[in-house]
Amino acid sequence: MTAAATPGSPPPPPPAGSPLAVEARGIVKHFPGVLANDRVDFDLRRGEVHALLGENGAGKSTLMNILAGLYRPDAGEIEVEGVQVAFGSPREAISAGLGMVHQHFTLVPSQTVTENILLGLDRPRFLLHERASEAEIGRLAERFGLRVDPRARIWQLSVGEQQRVEILKMLYRGARILIMDEPTAVLAPQEADDLFATLRSMTAEGRSVVFISHKLGEVLAIADRITVMRRGRVTAAGVPAAGATKGDLARLMVGRSVLELLDRTPSTPGEVVLALRDVTADNDRGLTALRGVSLQVRAGEIVGIAAVAGNGQSELAEVVTGLRPCGGEILIGGRSVANKSASTVISQGVAHVPEDRAAVGSAPNLSLTDNLIMKRYTDAPVARGWLVDNASARAIATELRDTYQISTPTVETEVRLLSGGNLQRAILAREIETNPGLLVAVQPTRGLDVGAIETVHKLLLDMRARGTAILLISEELDELIALSDRIDVIYEGRIAGSFPADEAEIGQIGLLMTGGADTDRETAS
Amino acid sequence: MTIRLELRTSVPRWLSPALTLGAVAVALVISGLIIAAVGGNPIASYLHILNASFGSVGVLSDTLVKATPLILTGLACALAFRMRLWNIGAEGQFLLGAWGASAVVLFPLVPAGTPGIILIPLMMVAGMAAGALWGLIPGLLRARLAVNEIIVTLMLNYIALFWIQFWVFGPWSESGFQQSKTFPDEAWLPKLSDFASSVPAFGGLTVHLGLIFGLVAAGLLWVFLERSRWGYEIRLIGDSPRAARYAGIDIAKRLIIVFAISGALAGLAGMSEVSGAVHRLQDRISPGYGFTAVIVAYLAKFQPGRVVVAAILFGALILAGREIQPSGVPAMIQGIILFTLIVADVLVRYRVRIERTAPPPPAMGATAPPAATPGGAGDGG
Amino acid sequence: MDLGLIAAAGIATGTVLLFAAIGEIFAERSGVLNLGVEGMMLMGAVAGFSTTLSTGNPWIGLVVAMIVGGLLGALHAVVTIYLRADQVVSGLALTFLGTGLARVLGEGLTNSNAARLPALSIPLLSDIPILGRILFHDQSVLVYLGFIIVPLAWFWIEKTRPGLHLRAVGESPAAADAQGVSVQGLRLAYVTFGGVLAGLAGATITLAVAPGWFGDQTVNGKGWIAVGLVIFARWNPIRAALGAYLFAAIGPFILGLQGVDRILGVENPFLPGRSATFFLEMLPFLFVIAVVILGSRGAMRQRLGAPAALGVPYVRGERGH
Repeated sequence: MTAAATPGSPPPPPPAGSPLAVEARGIVKHFPGVLANDRVDFDLRRGEVHALLGENGAGKSTLMNILAGLYRPDAGEIEVEGVQVAFGSPREAISAGLGMVHQHFTLVPSQTVTENILLGLDRPRFLLHERASEAEIGRLAERFGLRVDPRARIWQLSVGEQQRVEILKMLYRGARILIMDEPTAVLAPQEADDLFATLRSMTAEGRSVVFISHKLGEVLAIADRITVMRRGRVTAAGVPAAGATKGDLARLMVGRSVLELLDRTPSTPGEVVLALRDVTADNDRGLTALRGVSLQVRAGEIVGIAAVAGNGQSELAEVVTGLRPCGGEILIGGRSVANKSASTVISQGVAHVPEDRAAVGSAPNLSLTDNLIMKRYTDAPVARGWLVDNASARAIATELRDTYQISTPTVETEVRLLSGGNLQRAILAREIETNPGLLVAVQPTRGLDVGAIETVHKLLLDMRARGTAILLISEELDELIALSDRIDVIYEGRIAGSFPADEAEIGQIGLLMTGGADTDRETAS
Repeated sequence: MTIRLELRTSVPRWLSPALTLGAVAVALVISGLIIAAVGGNPIASYLHILNASFGSVGVLSDTLVKATPLILTGLACALAFRMRLWNIGAEGQFLLGAWGASAVVLFPLVPAGTPGIILIPLMMVAGMAAGALWGLIPGLLRARLAVNEIIVTLMLNYIALFWIQFWVFGPWSESGFQQSKTFPDEAWLPKLSDFASSVPAFGGLTVHLGLIFGLVAAGLLWVFLERSRWGYEIRLIGDSPRAARYAGIDIAKRLIIVFAISGALAGLAGMSEVSGAVHRLQDRISPGYGFTAVIVAYLAKFQPGRVVVAAILFGALILAGREIQPSGVPAMIQGIILFTLIVADVLVRYRVRIERTAPPPPAMGATAPPAATPGGAGDGG
Repeated sequence: MDLGLIAAAGIATGTVLLFAAIGEIFAERSGVLNLGVEGMMLMGAVAGFSTTLSTGNPWIGLVVAMIVGGLLGALHAVVTIYLRADQVVSGLALTFLGTGLARVLGEGLTNSNAARLPALSIPLLSDIPILGRILFHDQSVLVYLGFIIVPLAWFWIEKTRPGLHLRAVGESPAAADAQGVSVQGLRLAYVTFGGVLAGLAGATITLAVAPGWFGDQTVNGKGWIAVGLVIFARWNPIRAALGAYLFAAIGPFILGLQGVDRILGVENPFLPGRSATFFLEMLPFLFVIAVVILGSRGAMRQRLGAPAALGVPYVRGERGH
């Protein structure tokens, strides 16, 4: 099967008698220690949007990675448009018309949109005809409502725009089947609507879409049919979306009707612990990220920050924890800490669970012990004068491992060998044990399975009950609404709105996250 | 059939030392083959090296003399490399140290006739200070301007060489020769043969106090790196500078200090060579100690104790290697050893898997494939 | 002091730096740091020279030098790409290895007169006033090769599809891999090619510019200067060429200074035999430091054009959190 003659042209009609774009039967896939796909069947009809639902770790990405040619299944068969296939690489899948847009984009930041789309193609053969390609890409984008400047460099684009480039990459190669892995994780509700419109225009032409998600509401909104996976197995195959309820889906996803029982007692916030006044800051590229942010967090209170990626929330966390210079005023416990070093901030009783747990929150090749004493190696009992007491360090590590149930062979094991959930437990253990007055937690449950997510939420609520002030930055609106006492929305580096928990409503928050009712805005930054 | 590398989940304790020894052995074999290919006799050459360096107490002493500067420069490199600071400038720092120590005597900075008990410590201080200065330059440039220290330290090596040549051909030249005048006796580090009158067995043994400097430095460095809080910080910075920064560690400051200490150690090596072995400043005062130190440090896996052992081995190589035909063999052996060590390093971290059919290409760009540890919950997918 | 002659000499010697720098640019653009250039140049120099001595044909010597350089480059590539060894250490090991091996192989090769590569003047072009005498008059064929390689390299990198792939591999190997571009294959190819050019650079010394074998002194730091030049040139072949010629002119300039009795009315302190000449010898190395500082200052590396993935081995899907 070869790609369409010109990029983006309507696909040829399928061979007669096969309404199925893709059919997978009996797929099995092992990874060390885990059975990711356990005899999975899946089918995709032409012209439909088919949602693949399940929580983190259910096996949905694995299944789709197999379809897209990234993995080879250990067993099972796959047919694309009636023809049996066995893809050895993503390239082969693309030639068969099957393309995947991943959660983590594979774009070259310093190159232009056009260069990224042309990368890896066979034509143009030798000389790059940049003008002609740009025009072609522009036309393709127009057709599907994917507004993006072909000459822009990737690092200049917002995350939503980058996603459009990824989609264009697939369309340019004539993909008739598009798989999207958690595409709305990085989008605000309005951008998600734009995406759905794009998907609809594609299916109208006869293309097919698989939409991986763990968000029930979304799935019901966009999908024609839904397949639910849980622990590597299919619990509901190709169920029509019409007539399904959230409760049904939740039960199929996790085996119980309600996803999580959070016990959030009404809080009685104490003193103001963290106060920001007119804080400004630049991001790594020298552009303004924060334009005068003012907010407060009290003891025993969780303030959630809602924002689409790239609106300044990362910089906000860094400014508060002493990892980024800023203008304006930041007071912790009444003391000014703006532009002070990270060590000063830490000594003021601030704990930080960072966004990037592998590269920032831990030293991957050091032992669990070494990682756990990172914030206390200058204090007794770990420190004895200027020496480090290895025995007491190990004792502390063992204790923390038991208390926080960090699953690891030994306390000397290098942390790069821990799973994401266990690494996060370790980081939380370390930070919580510093008895902070303020905890800054950024995307604390990203990529974790349900068990780990519940643990993290419980720990956060425990700290809140003990009087810690918590600044919670998260892209999961559900998480923010469930945990926070108040939610502040950041858009383009400013606080766009602030709601107490009981008044928070997704639609309204979503609106503010994208700058108001203006859905025709081109870019978000 | 394909060969794949798979990250090891656990490393048996015996593996690393075994592979290190294996690497050296392989390197010796390869070098032997090359020696044979150019018409030399490898077995004879190797036997000669052993004999000429360990064959008698006398030559053993000479080996230790050659090893002394290697210990100190090796420690200098090991310290810096632990923090992933590529100090390839130990050679230049060594030269500056030699110059600094000589300056005390040759300017002179103190009146003639000053007793050794004052003169020697002064020379030590001057040597370490000069070496530290030469280490501060790349340290500051790296800390403040993010300048690549490899190139700077290398360039400084050449500049140091010309600096020495200026003094030795010019102001300090002794009757037009490329060397300074011999140091007065007070500026000589005591050596074993000084005590030959009380202990006849020490007669003719050239081992000097510099060796003690090296051993003491190794001990201190071990405590510093393995047991002190700064050693912990260096470990952390070396593995993940971002995590270290997050933990509140001022990396720039540590970087500068470590580079300065590294330079000081190499500078002390220069002082000990000039005061304990050569007793004058001359043009070719280093047969590449600073470069061999890189290999010594690597072979020792940056551990102070092993640096001493490796330094002695390479001291032997330098001492005896000069007499081997063709010349250049020691340098070649060093290069090959470093190479085999690199490969051995890979084998420690990865397991080699040979598979009969094409393996499934692993994922990229997607959420991480779950590779669980015993008892751990998988995630992603 | 004939500035024209100095410039012409600079062009000739600069060709050495140019070849090495362009080879390094290709390697680094693909994401692999090659610090073994000095060793590869020495090996190329000695291999080219000794082959020419034994065969009497400098062209064969040239080819052998390039093959030797390429082999060393391939060794570095295999060790760093497929075995995922640290690129810095591997490069240094190659330098030690090349230096030592070159010493061993060059044993007994005196600076006897082996055949040289021909030098020629290009007819019409050498009549251009001033520039003609410098650029096109009585220069080695390798110099003219250098003139051609530079724009070709630039064109390849910036304007062609293979060049796009090269840049992608160095900036974002994951993206290139996802699009079916062979990251490891391309890196192997370009690093090997870098070695070929380094070998060529070495042969340029012994077979054209400064014929003869002088042990370690033959290359004497030019490989390191080339690496520094690449940073100065911001990975752009044309800037690298200009930098190479300028740098190389420093040496002849120093020699020229030494031939003059008085500078600006004052007695020349840099006459040979005067100890101050050593400070002149330091100049090229000081310049490299200055140049590297300038190249690293201020603007973020990304904007400056350093390949974002430089120095980082690419592994598909190694465990991340």
